[in-house]
Amino acid sequence: MASLQDLRRKITSVKNTQKITKAMKMVAAAKLKRAQDRIMSARPYAHKLRGVVANLGEHASRTSHPLLHKRDGSKTELLVITSDRGLCGGFNTNILRRSVEFLNEHSIKGEQVSVSVVGRKSVDFFKRRTWTIRQEWPGVFDRLTYEHALDIGQDIIQQYNQGSFDQLYVVYNEFKSVMQQRVVVEKFLPIESLEEEPLELQATEGLKGSYLYEPDEHELLETLLPKHFEVQTFRVLLESAAAEQASRMTAMDGATRNAGELIKKVTLFYNKTRQAAITTELMDIVGGAEALK
Amino acid sequence: MATSTDAAQTGKILLEVVTPDKLIFSEQVDQVSAPGSEGDFGVLPGHSHFLSTLRIGELNYRIGEKTQFMSILWGFAEVTPTKVTILAEIAEKAEDIDVDRAREAVTKAEKHLERGGIPSEVEEAKVSLEKARLRQKVAERLHNTQGHS
Repeated sequence: MASLQDLRRKITSVKNTQKITKAMKMVAAAKLKRAQDRIMSARPYAHKLRGVVANLGEHASRTSHPLLHKRDGSKTELLVITSDRGLCGGFNTNILRRSVEFLNEHSIKGEQVSVSVVGRKSVDFFKRRTWTIRQEWPGVFDRLTYEHALDIGQDIIQQYNQGSFDQLYVVYNEFKSVMQQRVVVEKFLPIESLEEEPLELQATEGLKGSYLYEPDEHELLETLLPKHFEVQTFRVLLESAAAEQASRMTAMDGATRNAGELIKKVTLFYNKTRQAAITTELMDIVGGAEALK
Repeated sequence: MATSTDAAQTGKILLEVVTPDKLIFSEQVDQVSAPGSEGDFGVLPGHSHFLSTLRIGELNYRIGEKTQFMSILWGFAEVTPTKVTILAEIAEKAEDIDVDRAREAVTKAEKHLERGGIPSEVEEAKVSLEKARLRQKVAERLHNTQGHS
């Protein structure tokens, strides 16, 4: 049986842990607020741009721009987005599990797969695996700016144009709400027209090819498509950043609560043990006094 | 489902101005005129499909008798018969621009340009001057229209 001393030590230790988890929860909550504001204000632009590109994809011919052109090759790249830090519940585990599933599925189909990773956690994970890491970006989430998205976006477009891979998928955590994050796998390249905006597409049906471009189609696509890709990359990074903080906040809230319960239990046990010890001592004294009579 | 004829009947077109930071504006308007990279263009309800890049310039739109102004810095515009979507890098409504600050920025940029320097700096100064002039112009427009009404 644990001695009183041990129990006291245990209580202090859990209390200290609780203090840390509580502090982490507060920090995560503050960061979440900021991250949430950023993703909320970035979403309309990204979605509108996607709408424009989707409409355009319906009209422009597939061969008019390399980013629209479907290639026959079987080289697939997966861009994995995790966090830089741990202690955020199932956030990274879910992403990594889904990535491995994805990579297995596609290698079985005979595709040549490679990964690009964002966030220290996935860098560490894939370093210990056999998949080819094409590029890594650790530490972008410390201070996330549009420049990071630009960096990543431009590198990927360049590699894509050079033929390092024929299609690109992205796996990331989408920020749905504070309580809910969703693992999403999305195809980013080649850019496909999206079925998500059927209303607009129906409205433009029968008008195919009647788009006017200024300047000409080629030049316009040349600026619009890479921009679209960068903005989508930025949106995905922001989604992930917000989801990470939300996930951490929930995890730390749970941890704080569990620590509280543990403290209660151990304190109860401690008091019971202490009382038992006092009772035993008392019995001894009474017994001793009785014997002296 | 709205078609181009519907739009022509209602006589309104939806104008949406979005920047990476936020949705600036979304309302039904009667007429829009925007700074395309190859020249300004005007849009009325029922306009045919059109896609253009934008330069630094002034966007204005009319609701009823009232015309409003906005400064636009680069971006894209998509026009459909029922909707105009402006995706700008930076956009500001005239009423949000501080006239005095805009004027100061113009003088500062002019001075910077006079001073000269390496080509990239001059180029940068030119752009900031253009930006500052535009903001000043747009902000003063508001002043003038208010004076009239």
